[in-house]
Amino acid sequence: MKSDFLQTLSMDLGPVSRWFVARRLLVGISGGVVISAVLMLLLLGVRPDVWRMVGAGVFWLKQAYALAFTVIAGLSAERLARPSGDGRRWIIWLLVPFVFVLGVASLQLANVAPDSRVPMLMGQSASLCPWQVLFFAIPPLVGLVWAMRGLAPTRLREAGAVIGLAAGGAGAFIYALHCTEDAVPFLAAWYTVGILTCALLGWAVGPLLLRWR
Amino acid sequence: MEATEANLKALMIAALDGDSAAYRVLLEMLQTRLQLFFQRRLSRELDAVDDLVQETMLAIHTRRGTYDRSLMFTAWSFAIARYKLVDHFRRNGRKPTMSLDEAGFLFVNDESASVDARHDIDRAIGRLPAATQALIRDIKLRELSISEVAKARGASEAAVRVALHRAMKKLGSQFKGNRVEK
Repeated sequence: MKSDFLQTLSMDLGPVSRWFVARRLLVGISGGVVISAVLMLLLLGVRPDVWRMVGAGVFWLKQAYALAFTVIAGLSAERLARPSGDGRRWIIWLLVPFVFVLGVASLQLANVAPDSRVPMLMGQSASLCPWQVLFFAIPPLVGLVWAMRGLAPTRLREAGAVIGLAAGGAGAFIYALHCTEDAVPFLAAWYTVGILTCALLGWAVGPLLLRWR
Repeated sequence: MEATEANLKALMIAALDGDSAAYRVLLEMLQTRLQLFFQRRLSRELDAVDDLVQETMLAIHTRRGTYDRSLMFTAWSFAIARYKLVDHFRRNGRKPTMSLDEAGFLFVNDESASVDARHDIDRAIGRLPAATQALIRDIKLRELSISEVAKARGASEAAVRVALHRAMKKLGSQFKGNRVEK
């Protein structure tokens, strides 16, 4: 091969930051989150009792649960954005928030009368919640797809699923600012379903959208 | 092997810190390795090798920020080369693993290969003396028996057998010569 090709590549070689991958993923998801937040404010608005709720544990539990998905799946995406990187190291940690919320939900259900358990689980908006979460997860997902395409994932399905989880967490975080459901069983069921739906979407489109040349 | 990994990795880390001389050495070492890698896997389309080597090196260059110092450099660069190879197969309607759908493709491929081979044989026979040509066509391609040919020519079966043996030997040597030419 022509040596001027090698010459061109090695010319003007600048140093590369160790945070190159993390920074790009962060830029991608942040752009999406800003768009989702604006959409949420325009279409739904923050829950009216937000100032009272900032003193309540459940408000923070919802936000923290959503954020945990974004952070843990984001760390996994940071590995899967690299050829030969292994994302499984991080993803297993998702069990921690999930099992914790499932435990709290079970306690709550056990402490109410049997005939109010189903209303507690379903709340007022069970059929709507997963879709709303998914809706607000789309902009962050688009941002993460953009970020990934500039990196070098080689396991496209896994990478798609993981950025789907991270975007799902971000969508849940935004939607939780509006949603007035404060029962933990509702959170454990419907928020999780919304986030997992987004992961499934990422898994499905990964091989199509994450392919880079 | 381990020495290579340590070598390449040290060069890569220097390159990531902006050392273009180290990077140049790394690229040269990579180039020969990638050529071998693709040649071994694309023995039937060697003309694609250079393109893939260049594409892979370009990807390694533009995406070098995805190399993490905790990863094995050989594993990282091999994963990019493998990705490019799979991408190449995919673009050409072929997958590295075979499915039922692809069995049809294999047959088509084999058929065209045998047609090619037939053309080659015709050309090689054309270069033999006329009498020998007729002999080979009668026996090998029209599948007449030796005794039929002997009768038609008024020669003994043994003479036909010897002539045929010599003709096939000559034909064979032509193909050997052909391969070396290529």
